[in-house]
Amino acid sequence: MAAIDGPKGTPTSGAGLLAGLLGIGVFLTIFMASRTPDPRFMVHAYIFMAAFTVALAVLVIGISAGRFVQSDDKYEDGVIRAGVIASLFWGVVGMLVGVVIASQLSWPNLFYFPEFGWLNFGRLRPLHTSAVIFAFGGNVLIATSFYVVQRTCKARLAGGIAPWVVFWGYQLFIVLAATGYLMGVTQSREYAEPEWYVDIWLTVVWVTYLLVFLGTIWKRKEPHIYVANWFYLAFIVTVAMLHIVNNLAVPVSPLSSRSYSLFSGVQDALVQWWYGHNAVGFFLTAGFLAIMYYFIPKRAERPVYSYRLSIVHFWALIFIYIWAGPHHLHYTALPQWAQTLGMTFSIMLWMPSWGGMINGLMTLSGAWDKLRTDAVMRMLIASLAFYGMSTFEGPVMSVRAVNALSHYTDWTIGHVHSGALGWVGFVSFGAIYCLVPWLWKRPRLYSDRLVEWHFWISTTGILLYIAAMWVSGIMEGLMWREYTSEGFLAYSFVQTVEAKHVANMIRALGGLLYLSGTLIMVYNVWRTIRGDVAALETNAILVQPAASGPVPTGTVAAE
Amino acid sequence: MWKHHQKLERHSLLLVIGILVVVAIGGLVEISPLFYLESTIEKVDGIRPYTPLELEGRDVYIREGCYVCHSQMIRPLRDEVERYGHYSLAAESMYDHPFQWGSKRTGPDLARVGGKYSDGWQVDHLTNPRAVVPESVMPPYAFLAKKDLDYRDIADKLRAQRTVGVPYTDAMITNAVTDLETQADPFAPGGTALKKRYGPKVNQRDFDGQPDKISDMDALIAYLQMLGTTVDFTTYKADAGENLR
Amino acid sequence: MTYETLSKIVQQGGTVYFSLLFLMVCVYAFWPRNKETFDRAARLPLDED
Repeated sequence: MAAIDGPKGTPTSGAGLLAGLLGIGVFLTIFMASRTPDPRFMVHAYIFMAAFTVALAVLVIGISAGRFVQSDDKYEDGVIRAGVIASLFWGVVGMLVGVVIASQLSWPNLFYFPEFGWLNFGRLRPLHTSAVIFAFGGNVLIATSFYVVQRTCKARLAGGIAPWVVFWGYQLFIVLAATGYLMGVTQSREYAEPEWYVDIWLTVVWVTYLLVFLGTIWKRKEPHIYVANWFYLAFIVTVAMLHIVNNLAVPVSPLSSRSYSLFSGVQDALVQWWYGHNAVGFFLTAGFLAIMYYFIPKRAERPVYSYRLSIVHFWALIFIYIWAGPHHLHYTALPQWAQTLGMTFSIMLWMPSWGGMINGLMTLSGAWDKLRTDAVMRMLIASLAFYGMSTFEGPVMSVRAVNALSHYTDWTIGHVHSGALGWVGFVSFGAIYCLVPWLWKRPRLYSDRLVEWHFWISTTGILLYIAAMWVSGIMEGLMWREYTSEGFLAYSFVQTVEAKHVANMIRALGGLLYLSGTLIMVYNVWRTIRGDVAALETNAILVQPAASGPVPTGTVAAE
Repeated sequence: MWKHHQKLERHSLLLVIGILVVVAIGGLVEISPLFYLESTIEKVDGIRPYTPLELEGRDVYIREGCYVCHSQMIRPLRDEVERYGHYSLAAESMYDHPFQWGSKRTGPDLARVGGKYSDGWQVDHLTNPRAVVPESVMPPYAFLAKKDLDYRDIADKLRAQRTVGVPYTDAMITNAVTDLETQADPFAPGGTALKKRYGPKVNQRDFDGQPDKISDMDALIAYLQMLGTTVDFTTYKADAGENLR
Repeated sequence: MTYETLSKIVQQGGTVYFSLLFLMVCVYAFWPRNKETFDRAARLPLDED
């Protein structure tokens, strides 16, 4: 270890050790790239090598220049700023790919190239799902968790340089996953497509993340751990467990990009959907509920409606969610007791979900006018409304009789997107709109009117999207099971494909609107970071009742 | 910095343990019975491991993300059984590492697509789906026929499959390359040995219509043409006690 | 082990396990002495940095 403890301005612990590890990594990846017969594995070995080399160079230059000195009296906000920017970047990428694949389903001749496989739907869909869930959502979760844990523990992030290792390690994971999908490197496990070596890398990063988070909690000045941190902790711990179990596999060789799952058939299906559903439960729900429990009270300037309810909410939610996975396997070869179990718990899940939603909504009681005056607040509350809607729809769809119709259809896609676009997307946007002025020390956002535009354009997009998918999903489900009076199946499969054409186009339009909203947000955030305030809105500040005396434009107080 | 670790603070540790207990028990109770409960997988005749060419084809199927739009799981509902064939049995995917049941039918189910269409139809359809089915939204896969199948590591693949529990014999692994080349060539002399190892129903043909090469298309069609064809339903008793789950 | 015995264990055991856990959580959440802690905890996000 290069770091030597000193009284003031200690060099960040671990920088020297990290440089050593990176050096070993560079040599190891050069060796692997030169020896593998598998061209796709070679590409990934080179990506690893390039990343390690750059990181090593930055570290060595930094150490010799005396950087990486930490002071425990300040919060570590740099990594959060990086996380906000990364979230926006990957969000745009993921949503753009979503619009592309939605268009492919609407106009297949337009976007397909018979001679190249990379842009085919089968390779782009995992890119879309991973980019929006893990790249966008994951970065939002890491960034907000680092913010919330520091503020509610009143302690700087633990581990010196480790938070940056988490951040850059996670970006490397995303790049490996994304390039892998384009080349056709996949395990074919939905939402867990990356191959074995990428999984190992993510495990290392994730354990570091857990240690940073726990280490910060250990340093806290408050005896009580705030409930948002419970949700973050459940998200980190459970995702680690799910990730490891679901990705157990045997590689074809240590230098091959291909592996075979340890489980097969029915067992494999249950493990995968136990993972898949809890990726929703713990990644897309518990993690983002943590955001709700910090940012809604903070933005509303009043404590959460009921702290007691939040505790009951927490335990009931994580207890029930973990059992609900088998509802993805109704009427399959999975034994029926497991299907019934999954269905029962899925219906029970409705209660904690709505308990949490009510807790968030009621936080605003006595300040409902903020819904009208504050577009960011409206976005946060709208996210809860979508959360309530999709957590009501989910239990309904988990009922076997409903599932017989809805499974395999676009209804599922619509359900997922009402949760993903409405809940996850909006709560993330709301949190980012809050964070940007706080992190960059700006008095306010560049433009509140652009937030309004973002809100309404994206809401329209979501509504078009889910309405189109309800129509097409229920329609195709009914067409598949339609009989003629003579007792024959009424429609061939391809007739149901043809029937969805209009709905597919509306879906693509909805996605495009949602993406446009996000681009407006990117512009707004960029201008805010630059320190600008929209020309039309500067007057609005000046007429606001200032706390003490006249306030000069540009240096307005935070409130 | 690390001195804080010493006290291993009680509250946060309790919280982590509590979370782990709550989430681990749910998973264990739900998943582990499937691994030893006898009724999980029926007894049926005919299930066999994939031939080397079919396994390569299956890897192409996975690489191209076919599972994203095609399920391989026919539910025991009247319309599905009439549209696709006998409902899928757990035994039929017992050698599927990983499973390919899918979750979405943007295209039709493929669990029993084997033998439904000719090899020529499959080639035409994969090359340009809309030339065969005008309303199709499937991507074109013309490149598969041009790409030489890279099967240098086929023996390693069989060995890895054996490690996870597929009963590949030593002879199957030693002869993996020969078996693969034999299956794609109707005139190859090794046909008898191949069928002795993998069963008489194995298709030995030039699947992609290009006799001079073994392409990704050969492998993929070999895989598609065997899907759902292995189980002998004349000896399968759906009402037998062990099959009522 | 047969399907019947297993499903019985899972259903009954699961119900008991869940009820117990739920009860414990409720007791913890509504224990009068914890009220002060929770009230203070609820204000944690509002404290100025």
